[in-house]
Amino acid sequence: MMYRALLRLYPKSFRGEYEGEMCAVFVQRKRDASGPFGMIALWIETFFDVLFNAARVHLDILVQDLRYFGRTLRQSPGYALTVVGIAGLGIGATTAAYSITDHVLLRPLPFPDADRLVTVMEWEPHYSRTELSPANYRDWKAQVKSFESFGAYTSLSANLAGEGEPERLAYSAVTAEVLPMIGVKPVLGRWFSQEDDRQGAAGTVILSYSLWQAKFGGSASVLGRKLLLDDSPCTVIGVMPAGFAFPKRQTDIWLPMRAFGQFGGAFDDPDRTNTFLVGIGKLRSGVTLEQANAELRLIAAQTERQYPKELKNVSAGAFNLHDDAISGQSKTMLMALLGASLCVLLIACTNLANLLLARAMARRKELAVRRALGAGRERLVRQLLTESLLLAFLGGALGMLIAVTATPLFAALVPTNLPIVALPSADWRVLSFGALATILTGLAFGVLPALKVTGGADLREGSRSGVGGRKERLRGALVVAEIAASVVLLVTAGLLIRAMSRIQGIDPGFRADHVLTLRTPVTGSRYEKTVPRVAFYKRVLSEVRALPGVESAAYISQLPMVWRGGIFTVTVNRQQPVDPSSQRALMRFVSPDFFRTLSIPLHLGRDVADTDVMTSPLVAVVSQSFARQYWPGENPLGKPFNFAFEDRMVIGVVGDVRVRGLERSSEPQVYLPYAQIKDGWFAGYIPQDLAIRTAQGDPVQLAPAARRIVAEAEPQLPVTNVRPLSEIVAGETASRRAQLVVLGGFAAIAFLLAAIGIHGLLAYAVSQRTQEIGVRIALGATRGNILQLIVGDAFVLAIIGILAGTAVAYGAGLELQSLLAGLSPKDFDAFSAGILLSLLMTIAGSFLPAMRAVRVDPATALRAE
Amino acid sequence: MQLPEATFHILMAVADEDRHGYGIIQDVLTSTGGKLKLSAGTLYRSIQRMLEQGLLVETRDRPEDDDERRRYYRITPSGREVAKAEALRLQQLVRLARKSGFASGRA
Repeated sequence: MMYRALLRLYPKSFRGEYEGEMCAVFVQRKRDASGPFGMIALWIETFFDVLFNAARVHLDILVQDLRYFGRTLRQSPGYALTVVGIAGLGIGATTAAYSITDHVLLRPLPFPDADRLVTVMEWEPHYSRTELSPANYRDWKAQVKSFESFGAYTSLSANLAGEGEPERLAYSAVTAEVLPMIGVKPVLGRWFSQEDDRQGAAGTVILSYSLWQAKFGGSASVLGRKLLLDDSPCTVIGVMPAGFAFPKRQTDIWLPMRAFGQFGGAFDDPDRTNTFLVGIGKLRSGVTLEQANAELRLIAAQTERQYPKELKNVSAGAFNLHDDAISGQSKTMLMALLGASLCVLLIACTNLANLLLARAMARRKELAVRRALGAGRERLVRQLLTESLLLAFLGGALGMLIAVTATPLFAALVPTNLPIVALPSADWRVLSFGALATILTGLAFGVLPALKVTGGADLREGSRSGVGGRKERLRGALVVAEIAASVVLLVTAGLLIRAMSRIQGIDPGFRADHVLTLRTPVTGSRYEKTVPRVAFYKRVLSEVRALPGVESAAYISQLPMVWRGGIFTVTVNRQQPVDPSSQRALMRFVSPDFFRTLSIPLHLGRDVADTDVMTSPLVAVVSQSFARQYWPGENPLGKPFNFAFEDRMVIGVVGDVRVRGLERSSEPQVYLPYAQIKDGWFAGYIPQDLAIRTAQGDPVQLAPAARRIVAEAEPQLPVTNVRPLSEIVAGETASRRAQLVVLGGFAAIAFLLAAIGIHGLLAYAVSQRTQEIGVRIALGATRGNILQLIVGDAFVLAIIGILAGTAVAYGAGLELQSLLAGLSPKDFDAFSAGILLSLLMTIAGSFLPAMRAVRVDPATALRAE
Repeated sequence: MQLPEATFHILMAVADEDRHGYGIIQDVLTSTGGKLKLSAGTLYRSIQRMLEQGLLVETRDRPEDDDERRRYYRITPSGREVAKAEALRLQQLVRLARKSGFASGRA
């Protein structure tokens, strides 16, 4: 009995032949065996015998099937190429989409215990989160018990001088706790110690791997080297490994918080409103995020009671480091892509099932012959499955190739504020996903035809050329599924295209054409004071304005859409606002001519002027929405208001700008003259970005001349971010564009595959019904009748598919609403375009078969019987 | 081409007499002096392949008193040819071995 069970390991065909015999032999053996040891030995021997030989028999059959398959392929290589190509597209699309989704959403951050890392922020209910003030950080750190470690960081950039071309480096200033908490060890040297992170300590710096490679050739002798960062000497003490990114992708160096630059003083500041730190904590094991949040809120409530004025409504919040860095929008985008890729895979599979079904039908005669010669059904199914799995395997290999080449297209969809590298590497997870997709694909398009065809196949049926209604219905259903899926993709792509053009149509509040922008980060000891700094600006601006073709040029703290923050609370008439969050405005320092350079309309009053200096009254140009909010119906010129610690007076009103980006509304804007900065104040607001408007031509042509002017004025100053303003605006839709390229690609593939599907179905039907058509023509049917017969079927399928697809597309549109920029998910244009394309596709797919049907010659058709 | 050892032994076992599966196992066991004991798996896998290759056929002739369910196998002319070719190959191999002094006897 047990032996019989063991024999199940053999293929059924083999078992059918030899099971009885083998059992008989086994019974004899048992009789011969002596004693319990003999029995045990026999069982062990038998077990391995069956295992080994069953595997060999399977292998024999496989080799046989492959040989047979090889022969058939040589007869029709086009078929194999089609199948492999379609499977490759489907698997490739899905694998690429999966690898990017996995990289961004599913995979934990590449740090040990990443799930226990949390971001800690100050948090005002009903408004938003802000960074921590050092004083709050210190108090909370002293009390909080939920974290096994608690640190803080802040990100800025510094000029590196004396190492070849001056360069601007993005850095993160971290407290000593941060890097050990994240837990990634340096490849060279060490982390910061408490000694390094202390007021007045000697400067130290840790390099990123890529900077180490690019600037120091990967040499180990870099340890101990002194770098000049914003004029302070810092000794290199470590290099982080390749792929390490924290807190965001592009971070060149890490510096100890207390020992560097502007934070040195500020870190022990008692001020509770100067908020610039991001807290990071590691939960003690067993402590949940909710528990930590509850504890933090209690502690924050206590500090609020101690400092009721400064910390009014300020609570605390802890957020999972990974989830926190991914916006809902990029999540939706990725899920949409994954869904779209599954649609493509589904279409590919149905298409392949149809192809294989048609082919299997054509082979019915051959299969029936083999069956008559004694091949069991199981044996035939097995052979067909081997074939489809082999094709899927080849398709899978092609698909992996496609996935690897296509993945860079998705790079723009990886949020840059995530501490991960730009592109996923093809690791075992992606490979095994690809393998799984391959096997499922092979089974999906292989099983159905195999069962279908071997089911009732006998010689008689194989010889007649009638078409079974049931099989046609199955193939029809597959085509309906294809059409529906392609409608979903076409409509979704259409919705997103419409949403994008809508966003591109949004007026940013300035004109981006013919403007060159570049960044000249004016920092370092020489420019700490405002007067020499303004002298530098004036020199650069006057020389740039003198260049041929330049209409105007100006400096601003940072350009709109480049820096989206920088907010202060506005008070008017000395009344503390009831709700401070409703009285915030964006602050920028500008040079004269800024509004003219960006073509921001000046509605009232005057621009800032070089005569607005520290000794003259403090003035401001405000945006229209600002004037409307505080002085509705009044003339705002000359009105005083308190903003950023000073009383200031309105001298001009300009148009509003979408500082926070095309898709978001912005706070009202306040522009202050670049000479009215108190020495040492507002470090983050110091004008850095130079904008130059040209009369015509490509503004980038001016870049070399502008660089030369800056280098002559200050040789140690790096010039970075040289690009036209239009590129900054285009960047607003870059990730959408990447998504659209991919989604559009998917839709195009789906469109093509569905057309092939319809073509395949009809071509087959026509070839099967040649006699019937011949008879009909002989009996007097017109070409119109025949056309109706063939194309009519296709249109019925198309209509059903389109109806189903439209319903699903509407559902998908609802899911995607956050990406639609206010467009209705029922958008008429997108839907009608998708439906129209699907109808076109049906016509295109049925054209050739219909032509063939119409040209059937009744005499030939009837003789063929 | 070299013949698998089991195949050669099976051919020798059915050379002068049709045998059923267990009979083949027994014959191989005695003729090799107990050194080669074919397992059921090896036997029937070999038989299946030999049937496909036409080295054996199944026969309906059987002794009168025998069990109806037992299957008997008979060697085909091509099976004999293959066995002879294999024997020749082995002979030549032994001759070479003698020449180099690995085996006793004259080259």
